[in-house]
Amino acid sequence: MSDYRAPVSDMLFAITHLAGLERINRLPGFEEATPDLVEAVLDEAAQLANEVVAPVNEIGDREGTRVEDGKVVVPDEFKTVYRQFTAGGWAGISQSSDIGGMGLPYLVGLAVEEMWQSASLAWSLCPLLTQGAARAIEEHGSDALKALMLNKMIAGEWTGTMNLTEPQAGSDLAAIRSTAVADGDGYRITGQKIFITWGDHEMTDNIIHLVLARLVDAPPGVRGLSLFAVPKRLIGTDGALGERNEVWPVSVEHKLGIHGSPTCVLSFDNAFGYLVGEPNSGLACMFTMMNHARLGVGLEGVAIAERAYQQALGYARDRVQGQKPGGKSGVAIIEHPDVRRMLMHMKAHIEAMRGLAYTAGAHLDYAHHSPDAASRDRERARLELLTPVVKGWCTETAQSLASIGLQVHGGMGYVEETGAAQHLRDARITTIYEGTTGIQANDLIGRKILRDGGQALRDLIGDIQATVDGLDAADERLTAIRDALQTGVGELTAAAQWLAEHFADDADTPGAVAFNFLMLMGTVCGGWQMARAAAVAAGQIDAGAGDRSFCAAKIVTARFFAEQVLPLAGAYRAAIVTGAGTTMALDDEQF
Amino acid sequence: MEKIMVCLKRVVDYNVRIRVKPDQSGVVTEGVKMSINPFDEIALEEALRLREQGKATEVLVVTIGSADCQQQLRTGLAMGADRAVLIESDHDVEPLAAARILLKMIEKENPDLALLGKQAIDDDCNQTAQMLAALWDRPQATFASKLEVNDGSLRVTREVDAGLEVIDVDLPAVVSSDLRLNEPRYVKLPDIMKAKKKSIETIAIDSFGVDTTPAFAVTEYAAPPVRGKGIMVDDVAGLVDALKEKGFSL
Ligand SMILES: Cc1cc2nc3c(=O)[nH]c(=O)nc-3n(C[C@H](O)[C@H](O)[C@H](O)COP(=O)(O)OP(=O)(O)OC[C@H]3O[C@@H](n4cnc5c(N)ncnc54)[C@H](O)[C@@H]3O)c2cc1C
Repeated sequence: MSDYRAPVSDMLFAITHLAGLERINRLPGFEEATPDLVEAVLDEAAQLANEVVAPVNEIGDREGTRVEDGKVVVPDEFKTVYRQFTAGGWAGISQSSDIGGMGLPYLVGLAVEEMWQSASLAWSLCPLLTQGAARAIEEHGSDALKALMLNKMIAGEWTGTMNLTEPQAGSDLAAIRSTAVADGDGYRITGQKIFITWGDHEMTDNIIHLVLARLVDAPPGVRGLSLFAVPKRLIGTDGALGERNEVWPVSVEHKLGIHGSPTCVLSFDNAFGYLVGEPNSGLACMFTMMNHARLGVGLEGVAIAERAYQQALGYARDRVQGQKPGGKSGVAIIEHPDVRRMLMHMKAHIEAMRGLAYTAGAHLDYAHHSPDAASRDRERARLELLTPVVKGWCTETAQSLASIGLQVHGGMGYVEETGAAQHLRDARITTIYEGTTGIQANDLIGRKILRDGGQALRDLIGDIQATVDGLDAADERLTAIRDALQTGVGELTAAAQWLAEHFADDADTPGAVAFNFLMLMGTVCGGWQMARAAAVAAGQIDAGAGDRSFCAAKIVTARFFAEQVLPLAGAYRAAIVTGAGTTMALDDEQF
Repeated sequence: MEKIMVCLKRVVDYNVRIRVKPDQSGVVTEGVKMSINPFDEIALEEALRLREQGKATEVLVVTIGSADCQQQLRTGLAMGADRAVLIESDHDVEPLAAARILLKMIEKENPDLALLGKQAIDDDCNQTAQMLAALWDRPQATFASKLEVNDGSLRVTREVDAGLEVIDVDLPAVVSSDLRLNEPRYVKLPDIMKAKKKSIETIAIDSFGVDTTPAFAVTEYAAPPVRGKGIMVDDVAGLVDALKEKGFSL
């Protein structure tokens, strides 16, 4: 089993200097989120994450979940931790204070969320989904519905789920078949949902399932989907809990990772539900939840990689093996250059990913709270552009990082007892749920780049170029970083130009290049955040401010990213400009 | 009991690996995580529990140090302290001076109990509580691992070298906490937010008329010597020789 220590210093650095906490603090509604308060919040969350949540991670992995007498059983420890979490008031951290939340910026909630995810990914999914469901109800639900359930969900007294997937409807939600029939002031929902995370449990008195289903006369396709809130136990108009609703867990999946999170088959049999939003606008409502969730899952990539890194680092310091060239024998493996390479690779990527994810989180705050409409629109466009990149790039990268974490351990990494393997197994789901990487990549190319004629992407490229231009050319600490980012943004520009000219070459072109484009964007945006971080760190050292050793390490880490990761941008660009080419050239039978 | 005064010290967090400044004038604290001294946090927790059990009505936290100490006082308020006082000083205050200042606070506040940590993890002095009791001329119970409030007195279980010792002390008294007295609570998010709105009273250290000029001059800080490589000896005689060579006499 491994310890976890929330990396509060790096989180605060990213919040303060990359995401720009001070600017967010000046937005109306966020006056309370001063730097000293945010630091106190992170410090206290870290205590709970390190000491209470992290120790149950391995228990969840070992015990898993099961269905018994129509109930889902999860480890007792998960329930204890959940109680402590809600009693501590952490559930509604970034929900608005009018509805019982703490009213802190989403950015701050994101950093705290990273801690829960690193501490126990399987456990953290329950509060994550609950808050996502609460947001969808807050934005689209009727006043009566909000009065009935919102406070309870925000306090975490009831949890929430997201019910999209059916056996025939995964990536393609148009294939959803569950039905809804009007009945009095509500609806009756029938159908089977699969893969529903935290679909049932006994940690709370009630669960609110957000379900996509079709009304009787609905049009086909995604335009015929409506969103319903289906409580596990019926709720009286006075809020009192009544009978069990007809939604039952049929089974839980046996799966590769996140064993502590029950992944349920749920059966809805004439279950009573409330309509959320307008009829047939269910997908749009669900997207409120999914967009938050996609950033949240991207963050899971950061979080699980961080946990894997901490475990690998601890092992590398302890394990004695081999000698250094020149004779010193019996060295800790951290002294071997190749082990260093692995640790630097992990560290550099994690910091870049964190910088990108938190920055995207800040755009969400600006998009909601900026006083003028023009900047809200601009911020929303940036947020929407970055969301698939954060989701896709951070989770794909987390796969290799968790794998490298295991590699640092040698044979012990392959042994379950060590705990490194759990991170690799747990990480694996992150590129799949909330839309696979393929779906993120399609979203990026189709909806986020081509739809607005590349405007949002051009704005982003402009901002990256401005960072390059702003890096002091005379500062030797930053030279390599500046050069590499200049090259990287050049590759991105070239790829974007190629895309603009060739996307219509044939119908398969966008889909064939989408993944490489997503990875190219992740790599360049990651390098961008590291360059910004290096500039801040250099400035702090010159001003004699901050932790000197931390700042010096930040510059070296940014340089490692620039020298050893950013060059990948050229490879992605080279692959992109071959278009659908060989990818689509073989006939099906030739495989 | 009416009032409990808990004394806190801001120290480098126990998780931080201490680094000595290059000029050896002290340890690096810039950009380093600072916390309430863990023993003091235990003292505060005990005071809060006593108040929650109805055995005390008010918990006051006091610290002596720079303006930065407000951060730790806020944590104290977030844990549940009713009031916080910062006695602001721009230089380090040695245990005797600290005890003299705290005595002034006691004279001002009239607490029934002064609760302190048994020592601060920065200099590990383990002196302030004892000195404070002597100056105040009241009973002391150090290294407390259990506290029971009786009428006008406290029954304190102390951790001593021989095991546990139980003593009764009349109130008012000074108690210093040991590690096993309790496990401090996790601070709740709403309480952190509320603590931010509470005000912290600041008093300039000079206003007490106590001379706090350090009596000791520190000449140098140094990191502990790095452990050298071990050697293998063939037998006991070899071991004895090796020890003698290192200057150990038997
Ligand atoms: C542990 C776990 C938890 C989950 N939790 C939830 C939950 O809480 N709620 C919920 O509703 N669902 C949940 N899911 C379901 C999850 O969101 C889906 O599995 C996922 O969206 C992919 O759908 P699918 O499994 O049907 O795969 P498919 O859609 O069949 O995809 C198979 C492959 O084809 C690719 N592909 C499919 N369509 C396209 C396309 N148009 N373009 C390019 N590539 C494509 C995919 O990228 C993938 O590689 C969960 C799944 C798991 C395993």
